[in-house]
Order: sequence, then structure tokens, then C-alpha cells
Amino acid sequence: MIPTHEEMYAALEERHGAELQKKLNKASVAVCGLGGLGSNIAIALARAGVGNLHIIDFDRVDISNLNRQQYFSEQLGQFKADAMFETLKRIAPYCNIIRERIKLDEENIQKFLAEDDIIVEAFDKADQKAMLVNCVLENMPEKYLVSGSGMAGIAPSNMISTKRVAKRFYLCGDGVSDVEDGMGLVSSRVLICAGHQAHAVIRIIAGEFDI
Amino acid sequence: MVKINGENLDKDGKTVSEVLADMEINGQRVAVELNEEIVPKAKYGETVLKDGDKVEVVRFVGGG
Repeated sequence: MIPTHEEMYAALEERHGAELQKKLNKASVAVCGLGGLGSNIAIALARAGVGNLHIIDFDRVDISNLNRQQYFSEQLGQFKADAMFETLKRIAPYCNIIRERIKLDEENIQKFLAEDDIIVEAFDKADQKAMLVNCVLENMPEKYLVSGSGMAGIAPSNMISTKRVAKRFYLCGDGVSDVEDGMGLVSSRVLICAGHQAHAVIRIIAGEFDI
Repeated sequence: MVKINGENLDKDGKTVSEVLADMEINGQRVAVELNEEIVPKAKYGETVLKDGDKVEVVRFVGGG
């Protein structure tokens, strides 16, 4: 039996306080990329009661994703946007979720992300991360942007931090651990970076802009 | 002197492109802020740094 919208909202309000929950419920966040970072970030934001989520990924769930991404073995082959949509709806049935099975590029970013207050960069390739960040900073200066860079391998957790690079641009990660340097991505360390990004988003929504 | 990622370096008169090349940085994997404003990628070659400028070079690495 799924609880009513009112019951779920009241439970969130009890934990977060009425003022913060109102802000979370009004917020609109785009999660660009639904891999190890994005799938964990989207779930954290849905659980916190963010009212409007825009989830974007062109890729499908692969067996190599299951070590760290929030998909289930029976979802292999599905579009990540569809699989994540189902999971998020099970967690937060009243969240307004828009899913896109598209590849963001310099030509379409401004169109697709126009309605979102906060943009989360959660891509995997370095040049794609740079492309999204530059495109948003150059063309959409009113948006908040939270990016992740440097979380591969098993280096210590405490190397990962959140930096406020510019007034509306936050960068999470250790800045150096590159997946191309050898060891792949490990669930726990990717989760830490995803946690930093999701928490940066929640603090921005709360109006707490310091790091 | 130009402050690049917190370090004072003798880069006055150089362009952003030249500084990235000096640092052996791939321009396709960075975002560059000059005095807290983004430098558009298309302007790296014509943006000349001067004494007192503060530059942040954000380098992106793979993984996500």
C-alpha cells in the first residue's frame, strides 16, 4: 500500500523541518548522466523530497555498471533514464520526474536545461564534463552548477572534497584520480563523491551557499 | 605576476592558450576562470593575462 502524497510529505517535513521541505519541494534539479554519480545523486535527491527531477542519459544499463550504479540485474539492457525513473518512482511516487534518453551536446544543452534551477554534471568522460561545465557557465550564468571530478580507485575518502570555484559553480571530487590511470571506479568512493554533489545541491536549495 | 590556482607565476602578457600549453594541459578538459569570470573556450587564444590577474584552471579527469 503506497502512502498518500500528504503522508509522505508530512514524514519528510517531520525530519527536515517545514521551511526546508518547502524549498526542497519547489526545487528543480537536472541530473546529467545517470552512471555511478548520477544514479546515486538522483536517489539521494528523491529521498530528500526534491520536488522536480530531470534525469538525462542516452545509455543503457550494462553488466559493467552493477559494481557501483544503482540498477538491478534484471534491468540490464534498459535505458538508464527508464530504469532510474522506475526506481525513483518506487522511492518517491509523487516526485515530478522528467526523463530524457538523449545525449547532451553544445547545441542542445540550453534548450534541454532551460527550466532547471540547479544543474548536476555527472558524466564519466573528462572532455564531456568540461563541455557541459563550459557551456553552462558561458551561456546560462543564472544556473547553479555542481560538477564531479576525481573519484576513481581506492585512495582515501578524505581526499574528496567540495570546492566553490565560482559564485554558482561547485566542484566535488579529489580532482586527480582519473579512471584512465589504471584502477576503475569503486562503489564506495563513487558514492562519497555522489554524496558530496547531492549535499551541495541540498545546501544550495536551503540557501546555504558556503562550503 | 599572475596568480594561477593560488600560485604566483610569471605569466604576464601570455594568453590563456599559452599558459595551458606551458602547464601541459589539454584545453578540451578544463574550465578557466579569470577574476571569477568564465573565459569562453573560443577566447583562450586572445585572452591576455596581466599583472594581478587571478586565474583558476579547473581540470577534469575521467570517471563517474
